[in-house]
Amino acid sequence: MHSSIWLTLLIVVPIAGALGAALTQKVEGRAYVVAVATSVVEMVLALVVACLYNDHIAKAQTFDFATRHVLSAPFGLAYDVALDGISLLMVVLTALVVLLSLLGARDRRQEPAFVAWLLLLTSFTMGSFLSHDLLEFFIFFELTLVPCYFVISQWGGKERSKAALKFFIYTFTGSAFLLIGILYLAFAHQHQYPGTALTFSYSALSGTAMSHGTAVWLFIAFAIAFAVKAPIWPLHTWSPITYAEAPTAGSIEMSALLAKLGTYGLLRFAVGLFPLALPTMRPVILTLAVIGILYGSMVACATPDLKRFVAYSSLAQMGFITVGVMSGSTIGTVGAVLLMFNHGVITIGFFLIIGFIEQRRGSILIRDFRGLQGPAPIMAALFTVVMLASIGLPGLSGFVSEYLILIGTFATHSWWAVVATFGVVAAAVYLLWAYQRVFHGKAEGPNATIADATPKEQWVLVPVVLLIVVLGVFPKPVLDRITPSVHQLIEHVAPAGVNK
Amino acid sequence: MAHVATLILLFPLGGFLFILVNGRNMNERQIGVVGTGAVAASFVLAIITFVLLLHHATREVTVNLFSWITVGSLHVPAALLVDPLSITMCLFVTGISALIHLYSTGYMHGERDFRKFFLYLNLFVFSMLLLVLANNLVLTFVGWEGVGLCSYWLVSYYFDRDSAASAGKKAFIYNRIGDVGMLIAMFLLFSRLHTLTYLGIFSKAGTLSPTIATLTVLALLLAATGKSAQIPLFNWLPDAMEGPTPVSALIHAATMVTAGVYLLVRMSPVLALSSSGRMTIAVIGGVTAFVAATIATSQKDIKKVLAFSTVSQIGYMVLAVGVGAYGAAIFLMISHAFFKALLFLGSGSVIHSLNGEQDMRKMGGLAKYLPLTFPTFLIGWLTISGIPPFAGFWSKGDVLTNVFEHNKPLWVLGVATAILTGYYMSRLFVLTFRGTERFREETHGHDPHESPWVMTAPLVVLAALSIVGGVLDLPWVHHDSLGGFLTPTFGYVAAGGHASTLAQYGLAAVDVAAAVIGLLAAFTIWRDISSSTKYEIPFLEHVWHWDDAYDAVIGRPLTEAAQFSDDVIEPRVIDGAITGVAVSVRRSGEGLRKVQSGFVRHYALATVLGLAVVLVYLVARVA
Repeated sequence: MHSSIWLTLLIVVPIAGALGAALTQKVEGRAYVVAVATSVVEMVLALVVACLYNDHIAKAQTFDFATRHVLSAPFGLAYDVALDGISLLMVVLTALVVLLSLLGARDRRQEPAFVAWLLLLTSFTMGSFLSHDLLEFFIFFELTLVPCYFVISQWGGKERSKAALKFFIYTFTGSAFLLIGILYLAFAHQHQYPGTALTFSYSALSGTAMSHGTAVWLFIAFAIAFAVKAPIWPLHTWSPITYAEAPTAGSIEMSALLAKLGTYGLLRFAVGLFPLALPTMRPVILTLAVIGILYGSMVACATPDLKRFVAYSSLAQMGFITVGVMSGSTIGTVGAVLLMFNHGVITIGFFLIIGFIEQRRGSILIRDFRGLQGPAPIMAALFTVVMLASIGLPGLSGFVSEYLILIGTFATHSWWAVVATFGVVAAAVYLLWAYQRVFHGKAEGPNATIADATPKEQWVLVPVVLLIVVLGVFPKPVLDRITPSVHQLIEHVAPAGVNK
Repeated sequence: MAHVATLILLFPLGGFLFILVNGRNMNERQIGVVGTGAVAASFVLAIITFVLLLHHATREVTVNLFSWITVGSLHVPAALLVDPLSITMCLFVTGISALIHLYSTGYMHGERDFRKFFLYLNLFVFSMLLLVLANNLVLTFVGWEGVGLCSYWLVSYYFDRDSAASAGKKAFIYNRIGDVGMLIAMFLLFSRLHTLTYLGIFSKAGTLSPTIATLTVLALLLAATGKSAQIPLFNWLPDAMEGPTPVSALIHAATMVTAGVYLLVRMSPVLALSSSGRMTIAVIGGVTAFVAATIATSQKDIKKVLAFSTVSQIGYMVLAVGVGAYGAAIFLMISHAFFKALLFLGSGSVIHSLNGEQDMRKMGGLAKYLPLTFPTFLIGWLTISGIPPFAGFWSKGDVLTNVFEHNKPLWVLGVATAILTGYYMSRLFVLTFRGTERFREETHGHDPHESPWVMTAPLVVLAALSIVGGVLDLPWVHHDSLGGFLTPTFGYVAAGGHASTLAQYGLAAVDVAAAVIGLLAAFTIWRDISSSTKYEIPFLEHVWHWDDAYDAVIGRPLTEAAQFSDDVIEPRVIDGAITGVAVSVRRSGEGLRKVQSGFVRHYALATVLGLAVVLVYLVARVA
């Protein structure tokens, strides 16, 4: 059992960094240095935790670093953190996202405020992934909206206020359902155990007895909030405009990281807490997810700009993750957790490169580009690696996760898996087509003189490329950490005797 | 042996990594030496492994490298299976690859991306070897997709040419459609047998239900049609001729496109469980062989003729697999690798001599200008036509004899294809090397020049192999032959024994007659090109309008649907519905009337204040 101090540090360090950055208003560039230093510390902390949570521990006790402090008994407010293999991966992703966003997508306008918001966002996201208490989770989950809203509305593109508003209303409405669900569950639990204090503890609430109908309604309430966040079709229409209008760092934070809060929440809370609802709800969510895969791929072919393109491709990828999460199979769910991480890394890559191109050309419209591979071969090569991982080319990271999802789901829900498999073809279609339009052909005009990736830009993408290759060739250490946690969760929610 | 077998793989990978890291500081010569050397070393190691395997007690050695994917009951090792089938594949893949690497050092001389070319070529060889050496389906799939990726890169090598870029994309996507078949085959097998290693599958295959076995075989067939360019996924291959000619020779004739056949042969113990599945395979192969041969008769581009010829020849191999003649399929695969690589490289030499011209109407009379290309090409032509004693006669004869024993209608189709083969290849030969000289415009009046030795030497070697390749599996040799060597790896060998000697002679006579009829027809018709263009049938020239049909039925409707989704469904239907709900909710709540965008700001502020209060509260509690 490791000390919970590590997790607390993960949450507190970025807040301290944000305060520090905000206090350096006067000195040009100082805030940036503070922010980068903070995110490096955060990354180191995440890696320390990853090393401490080795596969022996993962096998012995899935939740580690746990602590619970009741802060206000009458309100059931508690500080309760714990980490298992699933959250571990999300913690590392959170640290990675902020570090690479700062390094690769620097925005010099009102820099102290900008980096402070990013660091706050990091803290709140960490808090969400580490919470072992529903109310605490909800608070952190809601808090993430605030930095996002400001980052979009202050640093975004032309239609930023429209995008920010849409983002906010969507997610805020979704969260309202979640809050009602959480409160209902907690009061139901208190009602069942008269005389106990109100509690939102995950471990306590997961033992709440309920009827099938109640379970279904609570599942739906939770699922709406998470479906908006992920997004899952058809609650996705906030994402294309938001990703397109947000500054690059904001797009990365939202698509690479915050989207995972949706699928993570779906797995941990909706699936984890309401096993009774699963036989009814699995086909529904699986169907929506599969529609999302095919629909997202289709619209990605037609959408006019690169950021919207990534948004729709993410809709398809989040569909794969959702399929895995709902598969009811350990193999499929492990694939889903791994894809949450891999998709995060891939999306960082996509948005960073699109950001580099936008800086050079002041446009993200696909029709403005042609033949960039000629003048910018390194940029093209980097984009290719990210693209191939996203296509699911074996040997790169995307394949392992997608393959696990599909083969796991096939054993439990064959038809959905078969239809989803066609998403593999669709991914090749929209990605290669986009690549052809942007990078192939003969470059003319401003395209012919576009500068290739600078050494600094290349270095920022090194971790992305490394993670894509290493997790494709040797995913074992990661799989060994996720599998026991997922296995326990699936065992817990599966009725006895069901073959997984 | 384990180490040697691993090194077969590692040399091309090493070549790839070396050129990737150091390539910018190397000149063409050094890159050529590293790239070619790596593959040649691999070939030598393959020979050593072959010899070791011959003297090994069990001709089935598993080499465990590391644990790749392990989750729950799913164990996918990175491991190799060295057995007669995989080592046979390794030998001809590395051998032909080494020759084509050498050829490329001459052919690609002075190209802008010379480095990248060898980079891709070495990665290709690695992927192909991984495909054949893997001990399980998932690892085979890594190689399977790897060769597809290299093919994509090499087809769209001249990426600033739109046709090349589109052809590369088309190749990848058609292959991907096939990949769905491979994935589903794996899902089916894993869900029933809980293993994906070949030996594991074979030992448990008997427990598969007939339906599952048939579905698996059909899924594998879909995979094979994508990679091996068979109906209905064959029409990417002719477009792939946009790539440089050595690529066409190596990837799109000798090696990668045979991967589908390899997969089917490798999975023969599963094929054995489904006679309807095998029947489907045989029909697909026979029909593809015939259809592609008809198309080849009316193409004007020398490489397109060879491309459709490849589709047709692979059709023969698939047909052989379908009737259970796995040994014959591999025999034809190897001899085809010899003569088709020879023909492609020869055509490359012709194209090279005419400054890039590929239209046969602008060739003719080249025999006297190309003293090495001409005789070697002549051998290639006779070999593919099925004239004895060259390799093609023996291998195609082996296939047709087996088909004759199992399925008479398909045998008739096979013989008809043989007539067409003799015809279209002779047409190509006549138009290129004989008749009047029609190329002066392309060469600006100069005489065409023979290629340098690095290009002609591989031609000579391949010509020699085409002449003697038949000895690998002569019909009267049963033990020390390719077939005898491979048989233990097959799960099901065609029952019924061999045809009588007399019948074999009769069938051989039919094969020769078919080839001669085709030959004579072509020589008669194409003696004078000006009067014979009416024999180029537009329907055949346009590939039976196959592409147009796909475009009309799938391509265009989907593109329009995508555009419609982006223009209408996204903004109006889905977003409209959800915004509509939001608006009506807002209207119903009178109290929220004045809520505009300012609301968000207030909420955000309230949240932050709330956090601050909580923080203060916490600090106060702790203190």
